[in-house]
Amino acid sequence: MPATPTSHALPGPMVSMRGITKAFPGVLANDGIDLDIYPSDVHALLGENGAGKSTLVKILYGFYRADSGSVLLNGQPVRIQSPADARKFQIGMVFQDFNLIPAFSVAENIALFLPDLKPVIHPKEIDHRIEEISTRYDLQVNPHALVSQLSIGEQQKVEILKLLLSNARLFILDEPTRVLAPHEIKALFGVLENLRKDGYAILLITHKLNEVLECADRISVLRTGRLAGTLTRREASEEKLIAFMFEKSLAGLNRHAHAAARSDRPPILRLTNIATHSLGAQVGLEDINLDIYPHEIVGVAGVSGNGQKELGDVILGLQKCSQGHKELFGQEATSWSIGRVRQSGVAFVPENPLQMAVTPYLSVLENMALTRSRLYARLGGLRVDWGAVQADARESFVRFGFSVPSLFVPVRSLSGGNLQRMTIARELAFDPKLIVGSYLTRGLDLQSTLSARQALLDARQAGAGILLISEDLEELFTLSDRLIVLSRGRIVGSFLPTETDNYTVGRLMTGAKV
Amino acid sequence: MSLLAVLGVISSAIYSGTSLLYTTLGEVIDERAGIVNLGLEGVLLVSASLGFAVTKTTGSPYLGILAAVLAGGLMNMVFGYLVITRQANQLASGLAVMFFGYGLSALIGKSFVGAKINPLPRYVLPGLSRLPLVFSSLFKFDFLIFLVVPMAVLIWWLLYRTRWGLGLRAVGENADTAFASGRNPKRIRYQALLVGGLLAGLGAAHLTIAYTMAWSEYMTAGRGFIAVALVIFSNWDPLRAIAGALIFSAAVAFQLLLQSSGAQVSPFLLNTIPYLLTILVLIVWGGNRKQSAPASLGRIYLGSE
Amino acid sequence: MAQTADPPKNSGFFYQKYLQVILRNLVMILIAFLLFGIILLLSGKNPVLSFRDIFRSTLGSAYGFSEVIVAMTPMLITALAVAFPARVGLINVGAEGQLYMGALFATWGALTFSGLPAWVLLPGMALLGMLGGGLWAFIPGYLKSIGLVNETITSLLLNSVAPSIVSFFIFGYWHAPRDTSTTSNFVKSARLPTLFGTRIDLSFVLAVVLLVLFWLFMKYTRWGLEMRAIGGNSQSARRNGIPLKIYLVSIMCIGGAIAGLAGMAQVSGYYGLLLANFSIGLGFMGFLISWIAGGEPLGIFLISFVVAVIFTGGNLLQLTQGLPYSVINILLAFTLFIVLARPTFFSKRRRS
Repeated sequence: MPATPTSHALPGPMVSMRGITKAFPGVLANDGIDLDIYPSDVHALLGENGAGKSTLVKILYGFYRADSGSVLLNGQPVRIQSPADARKFQIGMVFQDFNLIPAFSVAENIALFLPDLKPVIHPKEIDHRIEEISTRYDLQVNPHALVSQLSIGEQQKVEILKLLLSNARLFILDEPTRVLAPHEIKALFGVLENLRKDGYAILLITHKLNEVLECADRISVLRTGRLAGTLTRREASEEKLIAFMFEKSLAGLNRHAHAAARSDRPPILRLTNIATHSLGAQVGLEDINLDIYPHEIVGVAGVSGNGQKELGDVILGLQKCSQGHKELFGQEATSWSIGRVRQSGVAFVPENPLQMAVTPYLSVLENMALTRSRLYARLGGLRVDWGAVQADARESFVRFGFSVPSLFVPVRSLSGGNLQRMTIARELAFDPKLIVGSYLTRGLDLQSTLSARQALLDARQAGAGILLISEDLEELFTLSDRLIVLSRGRIVGSFLPTETDNYTVGRLMTGAKV
Repeated sequence: MSLLAVLGVISSAIYSGTSLLYTTLGEVIDERAGIVNLGLEGVLLVSASLGFAVTKTTGSPYLGILAAVLAGGLMNMVFGYLVITRQANQLASGLAVMFFGYGLSALIGKSFVGAKINPLPRYVLPGLSRLPLVFSSLFKFDFLIFLVVPMAVLIWWLLYRTRWGLGLRAVGENADTAFASGRNPKRIRYQALLVGGLLAGLGAAHLTIAYTMAWSEYMTAGRGFIAVALVIFSNWDPLRAIAGALIFSAAVAFQLLLQSSGAQVSPFLLNTIPYLLTILVLIVWGGNRKQSAPASLGRIYLGSE
Repeated sequence: MAQTADPPKNSGFFYQKYLQVILRNLVMILIAFLLFGIILLLSGKNPVLSFRDIFRSTLGSAYGFSEVIVAMTPMLITALAVAFPARVGLINVGAEGQLYMGALFATWGALTFSGLPAWVLLPGMALLGMLGGGLWAFIPGYLKSIGLVNETITSLLLNSVAPSIVSFFIFGYWHAPRDTSTTSNFVKSARLPTLFGTRIDLSFVLAVVLLVLFWLFMKYTRWGLEMRAIGGNSQSARRNGIPLKIYLVSIMCIGGAIAGLAGMAQVSGYYGLLLANFSIGLGFMGFLISWIAGGEPLGIFLISFVVAVIFTGGNLLQLTQGLPYSVINILLAFTLFIVLARPTFFSKRRRS
């Protein structure tokens, strides 16, 4: 389908975004972005997580308001202040985690959004309309099935049907392929192709290169909030896109001398054939085999949502594995409770500390004591030695080179960086033997980033094994002794950092074959 | 035991079940829109006392029913103001409404304790009029009894076959999605509470004007809570609520039967059956994840910015 | 030096805040009284006289005051039975049923071991009461912890079962020779001792001690810290290695045991016998009080006091104004309505 945009050059853009800028506290999410979306055109928005893709489309859909910039609809400036406005302008969006009511049938979910629904519902008539449009676009799904019983792929079909029947002309799809199986992705692209033929405009968010090259007519790449460039399909190539996306020179990286020598001691962590069930939009792990030895940092590269969270949860014991087993420090640990795993010396810095590591309304000090409450308890638990907690807390902040925050304010009042520092200080303070760290330096300033990295290296020196989950390739290459790539819940590559490069890892992360 | 006694028991079970079914239907609507109304007991008491008082004063049971129905709607609006507009906790607000009902109904009914009223006219079940009088008199029912099953069907139709019902259920499942579809969740919740209150009022009216034909303090004796249990038991489905009310009534009938036959089964233990059955059903459903409680039941809708 | 996780110094700001809260509450109670006055006027009573009666019969005399204390005692305990589980996010609407079961078990002890001396019998009855309430709360707690049924629904449903079980035992086995709806009076050794020659009994002291213990427990102990962590964010508490299920079940049971203790205090102290349907809403009242107080011990004490004043005043209203006793519920409800209608002033943790 070599339909290049130039072949239908006559119609102007359906929607134009001009100079869109949006700042969140501490982040400039969108910085003067221009984007044109044409009818009969599949426009892919490509970029790493945090590049600003979601923010941009949420502005277009009226979820956020831009700080500056404008949106033009068929050349006319419009103000989109709510999703209702967006729908009025025939802009529809399918969210990553969908917006369906699981307890409703397919037909009910669609009827809820029908603009011309009559006061008395005739189910047959609605079924008929659904059938008509679903045959036309190859979106067959049983209208009477409950959404809760549908697969993710079918749910996506329902979302698209919903948009079609509510008369949308521009479809925004936020990472539509993230949770789909390969054959479902193929089917989705078929649907998009049909929609394109009928004059619909499609804006597609993704970070998978092969998919972009397969289905998009036009590709815009975002990088750290800016538009790195827009290419037509004809101009685009894998190399160009990767260069746009990552643009980090490999030269001059200051790699530490890796003490790669593996000790003869048993691995700190051994995962054998681990698999987990996937629930809903979750990714299930499959066939994970992983050893972490003392004095070793294992980096996990991958686009978030490809099983990183599940991997951490399995190690921690939060998620049960459906298959395989786990050894910690040479002992069978598949069925250990989280408490036991923690006490055996496993530290955990999760991807989202506010939700997964701390209790927001407790003070910093109280949160610092939480993971070690048994050790700070006096009189059998009747008293907590807050003096000791304070001393330890201050010491660990200082040790890691972080400034000491006020220990008595509730954690929810901390900035993202302070929260991250607090979590690191707490988790790394007592010489853990295994550290599971996700996006360890996310939200940290340069100074703190260096401190945190130094802390990891020191821990490695002291004999800890470290699983470092990150999307930051530079960080992974700098710190890791070994690098694995996670995609769709599987380990798709395992390298020594010296054996590989950004490009190979980037390709694996984005789902291409090596 | 005579056939007559059995039939008598069934007849009185139908009477006691009717008010319960109306009330349950009302609570089904409330909960389908995402609101648990624990104040039902209070709503019933106020409706019952006012309905009785108006019937006694005016001599017209129909005016009494009207008053009870309106009182039910009004009480639910008070509750709605707390939980929808003021976003107060539903359980606590419901209990406050319950205490309010205790007090207000005692005040309204004060001078009507022990009073007698004109009963609601009763009609022989069509087709049974040829039976001997002793039998047919047992199956003389008032119009509210004849209406209750059609009412359940009507409520089902409203919930599942109208745009209003679709929106209402959507609010109960996910108010944000309902809002995204262009609906006003707060307004819909008020509407649900109003209809639910009217139905509860109808149930209370039947209890006091048609069934017991008397007023006494706390006369509802936990019917509000039974209705809440029956809503769960019937899986939030108006048609299943018919079955739920029937089972409860059968338990009552069974109890009366046993008593009249002199069996040594305590009525108090039989009283616990509807609740224990409901818990059992919940455990079974919970295990199979078949339970269909509205997903945002009890949640406060804060609205969108 | 620092024994708590609080800031070391306590500025005047906090006192100002407390003052504001108290003032705001007083204004609200005043509004409730005004509304109740209107209702009284409408029903042909003189509100001024009524309010005078309420005041005289409660705060106006030593006897009245002692009656207020008597009335507030079970509310203090049942509110605690709700507040404790609320700290880990459990909604215990079942204090009413747990209270009945506590009373039932304690009564069994009183009737069976009536020969024992008081110093053995009373603690035994208290333990039995706690056992009864605790077992009753175990059902919802356990079902919740295995993720089967929400504790709100189960504890609520069980409320309606417990009074029937109590009635079953009274009418079937335990009833007094002349009256089938109550047991005979307990022997002296099964009665909680009263204080100062009033009807206030030992359970009031117990209630206050429990409230203080609750406060100390939450503030100072390791378990209090872990409970607050669970209540604030159960997800991260789990990841930090706190055994969630064990906490949920045992805390629900402790809540039930406290409510059971209230039941024991009612039969052993206030009534001196067990009667059918002895509580119309004490457990529910406890839920409301705990909710409004945000689970804070001091708030529970103050609000219980206000509610007790209203209830006690209702007694005299009945005598002097010829109003049914339960009319006082209207005043109570108005107070609750006004307090509930302004949730942001009181509960920081609005739970969905």
